[in-house]
Amino acid sequence: MGVISMLNIEIDGQQIEVAEGSTVIDAADALGIYIPRFCYHRKLSVAANCRMCLVDIEKAPKPLPACATPVTDGMKVATKSEKAIRAQQGVMEFLLINHPLDCPICDQGGECQLQDLAVGYGGSSSRYTEEKRVVINKNLGSLIATDMTRCIHCTRCVRFGQEIGGLMELGQAARGEHSEIMPFISQTVDSELSGNMIDLCPVGALTSKPFRYTARSWELVRRPSISPHDGLGANLSAHLVKERVMRVLPRDNDALNECWLADRDRFSYEALNSDQRLTMPMIKQDGQWRETDWQTALEYVVHGLKDIKADYGADAIGALATPHSTLEELYLLQKLMRAHGCNNVDHRLRQSDFSADAAQAGTPWLGQTVEQLAQSDAVLVVGSTLRKDHPLMAHRLRQAVKKGMKLNLINAVDDDLLCRVANKAIVAPSAIVNALAQVVKAAAQLKQVTLSEAFASITPDANAQAIANSLVAGKQVSVLLGNTAQHHPQAANLHSLALELVRIIGGNVGFLGEAANSVGAYIAGAWPQGAGMNAMQMLASPRQAYFLLNVEADLDSYDAQQALSAMMQAKMVVALSAFKHHAQDYADVMLPIAPFTETSGTFINTEGRVQSFNAVSKPRGETRPAWKVLRVLGNLLNLPGFDYNSTEQVRAELLPSGETTGKLDNALKQLNLGDLSVKANGIERIGEVPIYQADALVRRAPSLQKTRDAQAPQAWINGALLQQLGLNVGDAVQLKQGTGQAQLAVARDDRLPNNCVRVAGAHPTTMHLGGLFGAIVVERA
Amino acid sequence: MSEKVILNVLDHPNPGTLANYEQVGGYQALKKILAEKIQAETIIAEVKASGLRGRGGAGFPTGLKWSFIPRHFEGTKYVVCNTDEGEPGTFKDRDIIRYNPHSVIEGMLICGYTLGAKVGYNYIHGEIWAEYEMFERALEEARAAGLLGKNILGSGFDFELHAHHGFGAYICGEETALLESIEGKKGQPRFKPPFPASFGLYGRPTVINNTETFANIPYIIRNGGQKFLELGKPNNGGTKIFSVSGQVNKPGNYEVPLGLPFRDLLAMAGGMREGRTLKACIPGGSSVPVLPADVMMDVTMDYDALAKAGSMLGAGSVILIDDRICMVRALERLSYFYFEESCGQCTPCREGTGWLYRIVHRIVQGNGKLEDLDLLMDVSTNIGGRTICALGDAAATPVQSFIKHFRSEFEHFIEHKRSLDGCH
Repeated sequence: MGVISMLNIEIDGQQIEVAEGSTVIDAADALGIYIPRFCYHRKLSVAANCRMCLVDIEKAPKPLPACATPVTDGMKVATKSEKAIRAQQGVMEFLLINHPLDCPICDQGGECQLQDLAVGYGGSSSRYTEEKRVVINKNLGSLIATDMTRCIHCTRCVRFGQEIGGLMELGQAARGEHSEIMPFISQTVDSELSGNMIDLCPVGALTSKPFRYTARSWELVRRPSISPHDGLGANLSAHLVKERVMRVLPRDNDALNECWLADRDRFSYEALNSDQRLTMPMIKQDGQWRETDWQTALEYVVHGLKDIKADYGADAIGALATPHSTLEELYLLQKLMRAHGCNNVDHRLRQSDFSADAAQAGTPWLGQTVEQLAQSDAVLVVGSTLRKDHPLMAHRLRQAVKKGMKLNLINAVDDDLLCRVANKAIVAPSAIVNALAQVVKAAAQLKQVTLSEAFASITPDANAQAIANSLVAGKQVSVLLGNTAQHHPQAANLHSLALELVRIIGGNVGFLGEAANSVGAYIAGAWPQGAGMNAMQMLASPRQAYFLLNVEADLDSYDAQQALSAMMQAKMVVALSAFKHHAQDYADVMLPIAPFTETSGTFINTEGRVQSFNAVSKPRGETRPAWKVLRVLGNLLNLPGFDYNSTEQVRAELLPSGETTGKLDNALKQLNLGDLSVKANGIERIGEVPIYQADALVRRAPSLQKTRDAQAPQAWINGALLQQLGLNVGDAVQLKQGTGQAQLAVARDDRLPNNCVRVAGAHPTTMHLGGLFGAIVVERA
Repeated sequence: MSEKVILNVLDHPNPGTLANYEQVGGYQALKKILAEKIQAETIIAEVKASGLRGRGGAGFPTGLKWSFIPRHFEGTKYVVCNTDEGEPGTFKDRDIIRYNPHSVIEGMLICGYTLGAKVGYNYIHGEIWAEYEMFERALEEARAAGLLGKNILGSGFDFELHAHHGFGAYICGEETALLESIEGKKGQPRFKPPFPASFGLYGRPTVINNTETFANIPYIIRNGGQKFLELGKPNNGGTKIFSVSGQVNKPGNYEVPLGLPFRDLLAMAGGMREGRTLKACIPGGSSVPVLPADVMMDVTMDYDALAKAGSMLGAGSVILIDDRICMVRALERLSYFYFEESCGQCTPCREGTGWLYRIVHRIVQGNGKLEDLDLLMDVSTNIGGRTICALGDAAATPVQSFIKHFRSEFEHFIEHKRSLDGCH
């Protein structure tokens, strides 16, 4: 790194020293001098097209745009001289001549940059008496509403697509006054980050379709919260009218989400107001669901738990929770169960291989901070539909790739990551372990490191060599295990191989946390910890009773078929849920618990960051925060240590320091290398979890369900297998796993490996199928 | 008759062919450079000494522009020729491509040699297809003669030249929009700095000159910069092709020394048509200020004299306006052009050009008000100098100069809802 030279600049009489390469607008912002702007955005490239930031620079004959003018040493700038003001007023007049002057009926009214700046720089009446431009609206899908006549052509949305979203879904077509921002003919905007365009639009041209015309910005109460979806823990702000969440916007946090949100962080709030909310405790009597009061419902649960314990032993109970639950809920759940004598507690519902549990040195996590990860210069992602599983993490990696990071991939699917992938090995799920082993072997050969006998028969192919070369050349290397790797039937092998790889080349192994509280759930102790059954065991050896915290057994499990049959045969199922769901078929009691907006709590994100939040609204109906429900159950069961009055007390007991230091560790005390050969055996399933089926909230957000990403699952097959099976695109096929089946339409994806069918899980149409991976039978329907 | 640098090929048979070009010393400059391995510094010094200024309109000294290219830059560099001649009144580059394409090719070769570029593009205006094909034929001839491609004339110097046909947008004549267009993007000007010399085509150092500018280079190398300079006058070296249009007897291209009195040029063009009197003249293409006849009759045709008179030499497109032309209707036509050709990227031009046109159009429709003239002046002032590229200035200038010099004609139109008597 060279020495950064500093330059002196004077703006409106104030002196500041800025680094070379800074622009005038940077320097003014640092001084707290506001220069009006529309097209400029700190996270986007400089377009200099709105001309609103014209300022008066000494020795320059014309006013210059502050956003695009680099500071030179000794520069003197006047932002409020007559020349500057005249230029800014001139631009404002031009912006307004064709812009509708009907703020009262515009959804952006009250939070519109054009409206705000027009107050400062606009005239009180218009000199423009000609006809105004009208622009036809575009259908951009279910999330973004358009009012294109209001567009001021700042191109922030276009640049967002090109630079952040990774795909140019909007462009400025035509010329001059006929210029229009539009998608490619009749396309919609399908990016999983599309909602950010709404925030970026400085006027009312792009607004939120679900929120539109439902509230005014000035009547909204803004309360901070944390996204309950993926492991990033995006910071968000819930905007409410009375006790109803009307919309969600990002809160800036450069360490995590920067100023962005993924669409699911932004639009999943719709589920909070859904008519599928469970708002009264319910008990099933004689096959009929009846609403009841809390006292009755809790006593029912307590009697049930006692009876099961008395009749079959506490081990006959299984407690399952989703990692979207809060730290406090998960802690109290396991405390309650353990105090009741039951160690069968787990949150890893989509995991299928638990053989590394005993060797786990600590809580699996990202292995570093998100910002550190973005500094890596060589990364290997193993098993991940990255953009859909971790939309903003994928964006971080995309930005890093642009700056030179080499991104390598071992995966079963070859979805477009919208960035340059240096090397990739796309193989069947059964070959992923072998593919990673090949990379380990190639790296060992490069670094002249000796490997164990397990690698004797491994021969690296060209892809593995290339990946190894790329990683060995890196100075800061990260090996990331994605959701597919975590769900994989040989997850422990993959984990071990990743550790082996960084032992050879140095660097970091990281888990991309699937859920908002994947790390927190471990720390809370919501896993068997060697003393009880894991999620798979609890379902494979059906229990007499199940206690479900936020779980939809058929959609949240690795093997939906197995989970459903376990629930069906149980004597008692207690479902704590914010929603009515399929539990109505198998549960005996449903307790309405608060979603994340209606309870205080804590999520620990994938980098181990503890983020506590308060409720943003009162619980709906008879809904109660789950931590309170669990606390009262503890009291009713006469268990000691359930006297908490707040989530802070619960958290203080679990995490006295308030930090995760010392608890996070991806190491294994003993590696599980096992058999590294390919275990192909006929046609196998690639079972992903679709982005808008991953948790209870997104499943019930109507606008997300109308997006392209929420389309019903199809059976994706490559051309070779289609030919072999005599199938054509569009044919109906019967897919069979175990005792269940699903009928889907055939679609073709030649990037898929041979002998694989990509069939999404976590979806009502495929919930009778078995495990996300493994053998599957494909027959013409 | 004075010496011609470019159109002298018309004195020999089959203009446009290599054989014809060789009659006037074609490719001798290149051969001399390659044979004598003349240093880049020497060539640039010669071009600087010639006083050659950009013939596309801005009049920037060519030698100085070439000297901005980082010559020790290791990677790819480009030479680009701007034949995207699209402004009302311009038609000189078309004739250069028709009659002397090899001078452009040779000029670009010399530029490439000087700056260490191995690839060039000639961007040819979308509305001249026949000339585009002529240029392609000239390229074929040059390739066949070993003057383009690998190891040119056995010297070890490689240079490939491509013709690129535009699609007719005026804005693509703006050099950075032209570069965007070659890259396959929408033709929209880039914000400068950075200038093409450091960040040009595909982000590489690029020199971009007008067709006529390149066509002058071989002469300068053959005869020396001083000789070229002496053809014209100090700071205004060489000859210039003037495209004379309007109500003259012999409209067309005239290559004359810079500094020629306007009245001589008018005489060469056969004078005004019978019964017509010169009222005004736009001396450099529609984007430069119009001048009244009395001012014009006393100027010489060169960069400095026209600037002093309150206009510009521009691309040398001399539009003559006689006393039967209605200045209000003429301005309406020009304003429509800039309204239609604005790229729409930046606010003042996108919004302002339409406003200007609509006001002038309204006046022509008989719905003007006297206040509209001040409004036109004010709106055009708010466009000029506030935009990413010069199209904003180009749209503002006619409005301001027409009203400045012919305000009474506008007032008459507004008052009587029609043109001056005898005008249309």
